[in-house]
Amino acid sequence: MLGFTLKRLLGAIPTLFIIVTLSFFLIRTAPGGPFDRERSVPPEVAANLNAVYHLDEPLWMQYGRYLGDVVQGDFGPSFQYRDFTVTELIFRGFPVSLTLGGSAIFLAFLIGTTLGTLAALKQNSKLDYAIMATAMTGITIPNFVMAPLLTLVFGVYLRWLPVGGWEQGFDQVILPIIALALPQIAYIARLTRGSMIEVLRSNFVRTARAKGLPERVMITRHALKAGILPVVSYLGPASAAVITGSVVIEQIFSIPGIGRYFVQGALNRDYTLVMGVVIFYGSLIILFNLLVDLVYGLLDPKVRMQ
Amino acid sequence: MSNILDVQGLTTVFKTHDGDVKAVNDVSFSIKAGEALGIVGESGSGKSQTFLSIMGLLATNGYSTGSAKLTGQELIGLPTRDLNKVRGLRMSMIFQDPMTSLNPYMRISKQLSEVLVHHKGMSEKDARASALEMLDRVRIPEARKRFDMYPHEFSGGMRQRVMIAMALLCEPELLIADEPTTALDVTVQAQILDLLGDLKRDFNTAIVMITHDLGVVAGICDHVQVMYAGRIIESAPVNELFANPQHPYTAGLLASSPRLDIVNSEEKLTTIPGQPPNLQRLPTGCSFAPRCPHAFDRCIAELPMPRPTETRSPDHSPDDIHVKACHLEDHKGLAA
Repeated sequence: MLGFTLKRLLGAIPTLFIIVTLSFFLIRTAPGGPFDRERSVPPEVAANLNAVYHLDEPLWMQYGRYLGDVVQGDFGPSFQYRDFTVTELIFRGFPVSLTLGGSAIFLAFLIGTTLGTLAALKQNSKLDYAIMATAMTGITIPNFVMAPLLTLVFGVYLRWLPVGGWEQGFDQVILPIIALALPQIAYIARLTRGSMIEVLRSNFVRTARAKGLPERVMITRHALKAGILPVVSYLGPASAAVITGSVVIEQIFSIPGIGRYFVQGALNRDYTLVMGVVIFYGSLIILFNLLVDLVYGLLDPKVRMQ
Repeated sequence: MSNILDVQGLTTVFKTHDGDVKAVNDVSFSIKAGEALGIVGESGSGKSQTFLSIMGLLATNGYSTGSAKLTGQELIGLPTRDLNKVRGLRMSMIFQDPMTSLNPYMRISKQLSEVLVHHKGMSEKDARASALEMLDRVRIPEARKRFDMYPHEFSGGMRQRVMIAMALLCEPELLIADEPTTALDVTVQAQILDLLGDLKRDFNTAIVMITHDLGVVAGICDHVQVMYAGRIIESAPVNELFANPQHPYTAGLLASSPRLDIVNSEEKLTTIPGQPPNLQRLPTGCSFAPRCPHAFDRCIAELPMPRPTETRSPDHSPDDIHVKACHLEDHKGLAA
């Protein structure tokens, strides 16, 4: 297990190298530069700025310099938030996004698998159709519609919950967590239903029934473990995506996560910030895929053997 | 001896998008303690569905009517909760495909012991001990070493032994074996059949052997029922049926399987021409009539009801009745 983990982590290095290289050149092919939005500065000042940030060097030299810095764990200063390094920005925003996204994905897992299992058990019943119709709605309504809708209903009309902010109380996080979790709940419910229907028809579940095990034991002990496998492989990349923050949700509920750095960084041509966030996100995806494989090994003895 | 299982007018219907499919059609029979009953028929003849109905294991779109009593207790229409107090304890079933019938995510030990914990209220420790004993009994080599392994670490034959051990844990009155050897190598088949024969003797368990392999029937069964299109068309003691098939379908079935006990290299295996009928639109008369070489007007017009035949082999015992559902006159040794 340890050997497997180490091998996978080493295998991540070429992947990350490709991610760094591609995003480095991609962001620089976009027209404009980091300082184009500044009020018109004298050419000497602009030249000076470019020199300080090494933007006057040939691209391959910049690339080599950046690669060297990244290997040492230095993502450089942000071009936009000049008092902060990229690392500082990420580690200020990430705990917030992690709390928000982690809660959302946990909630989505609990509710999604429960609803999916219920729907599978009552396949083609009214309950099944109701759950699946709701899930379909959850998937099709984008969160830039859902989030303001939730704010409007629960924040403005009913006045049950605050409409935004962070760090002032638990009630502030409820709406953003729900808004973030809803599409995930819907997706996980659909995934679970599909795989549970298949598992419930499988031979080993028939054996469990033939043994006279109570329905509840048959589901929890025998069917669920197999039924949840596809959800586990979905949860890896999904968790990575959700905990790195949602631009939309963070914007609407004014939450200081790292999701906004993505978009703002790209719009401002804040090269280092965009690169930093991309590398961070890439590493998380690799890490979560590794976690998925490890969890798979725990769930499925056949995988463990190999 | 009293009957372990009494089935009367059992009918099983599956609701599908293009109409109802009658998989089991007014089937009646009984099994005595320690008896091995063979159920023979081709795919789709309803032989498996008859017993899945009794076990309450039908697909969700299927339902049964009629009666099936396990030592007096009605099983058809029994709520799942009550059925769970019977299956696994007083009757159990093993299936065709041992490769997929065990839970791949659970240790063998746990899959066995949970049966005893649930039905007998044993402690986990006692249940493990009994389960291990049963694995020895079905002759799993080095059972103690393999006890905590997962199914994929077992061969097909060993998995079927595990299934048999699991089915016998609570020493049931009735063991239903649904083509238990079909998916196995020939040598392993023989071992499994030997084992079932021994268990029948040791436990006095009534065994139902669902199969399309007449060799299996000849080897272990006392009595045989032939099913066609959801009905039992012939039923007789095993020797009587082989020696003196009365229904043209049975005769065809016998002629289409190789016999090692009859040395006749000249004779070719014959086939039964045609296809089984569509179970959604069964003919009014005999279901086999369209394929039957002996069919006459009455066969197409009128459904033949099961009736005792006159002819029996000389060694029959008084309560072994040979029954057939066919309009043909009784005769000695029907040719296909």
